[in-house]
Amino acid sequence: MIAHAIFFYTFSIIAVVSAIMVTASKNTVHSVFFLILDFISISCLFIMIGAEFLGMIMLIVYVGAVAVLFLFVVMMLNVAQQKNQWFAGQATSKHIPVGLIISTLIFFEIIIVIGGWKYKPEIFDINNSPANTSVSNTHSLGQILYTDYIHVFQISGMILLVAMIGAIVLTFRQRSGLKRQSYIKQISRERAEGVEVLEVQSNKGVKIDD
Amino acid sequence: MIDIGLGHYLTLGAVIFSIGVIGIFLNRKNIIVILMSIELILLAVNINLVAFSIYLGDLAGQVFTLFILTVAAAEAAIGLAIIVVYFRNSGTIRVEEIDRLKG
Repeated sequence: MIAHAIFFYTFSIIAVVSAIMVTASKNTVHSVFFLILDFISISCLFIMIGAEFLGMIMLIVYVGAVAVLFLFVVMMLNVAQQKNQWFAGQATSKHIPVGLIISTLIFFEIIIVIGGWKYKPEIFDINNSPANTSVSNTHSLGQILYTDYIHVFQISGMILLVAMIGAIVLTFRQRSGLKRQSYIKQISRERAEGVEVLEVQSNKGVKIDD
Repeated sequence: MIDIGLGHYLTLGAVIFSIGVIGIFLNRKNIIVILMSIELILLAVNINLVAFSIYLGDLAGQVFTLFILTVAAAEAAIGLAIIVVYFRNSGTIRVEEIDRLKG
């Protein structure tokens, strides 16, 4: 139990500090790195409380794909040099109190909800898909994901397809003046327009360039 | 304090959610950091869903976490594509200079 507490506090302190650093760091590249650290510590927490599959998926999807995507975009747009003036300028200081007030309000609202759940725990007694404790987490997740939630699962696949097509369409750019291979031209080429048979007279040669 | 329960995980989720909201409000540099704050918010929601799922013994929460992960990945891809196109068109992605809709 004490080991559980130690690991929980370690990972959650790392997660909170790196979340603060994501928003506060001056360099965008550092923000991306702190985001990666945040995802890693949260996935360690997931693995610790028994959601191993989600922890691993989190590592693969976020650290392996999303964070690298962020890094690529930061590198492409060359925004790392645009330094952040955090507390400089009138435009910034106007927003700080509003942001702090709203986020503390949200925080206390969530805390109130948690407290209410703590004092009336029987409010959630609906258990739709009880966890099968005899098999592993991944196994039981697969058992309900491909049966009860199959339609939602396929819709999420469609969402990914639409996102992929959308990203390609948005960033695709047809450049002019580029030499490209044209299959139609290649296939429809005839002998008559490609080769010419000439009768070469002696001592005169053939004029190639005209 | 030592006995880690559901409340600890929910509090962690609340803290990370609030940090994400602060990040959206206080951000003055480029818009990529706003996207990262949105990722933080989705991460906090995932923490809540997983914690409830584990402590109630109900797997539906983890299934929905999987779907939130899918949507977050799609949102990041589309958002970054829009940012790339905007940077190509106007040459900046600083938040205070994106004011074309002001008229």
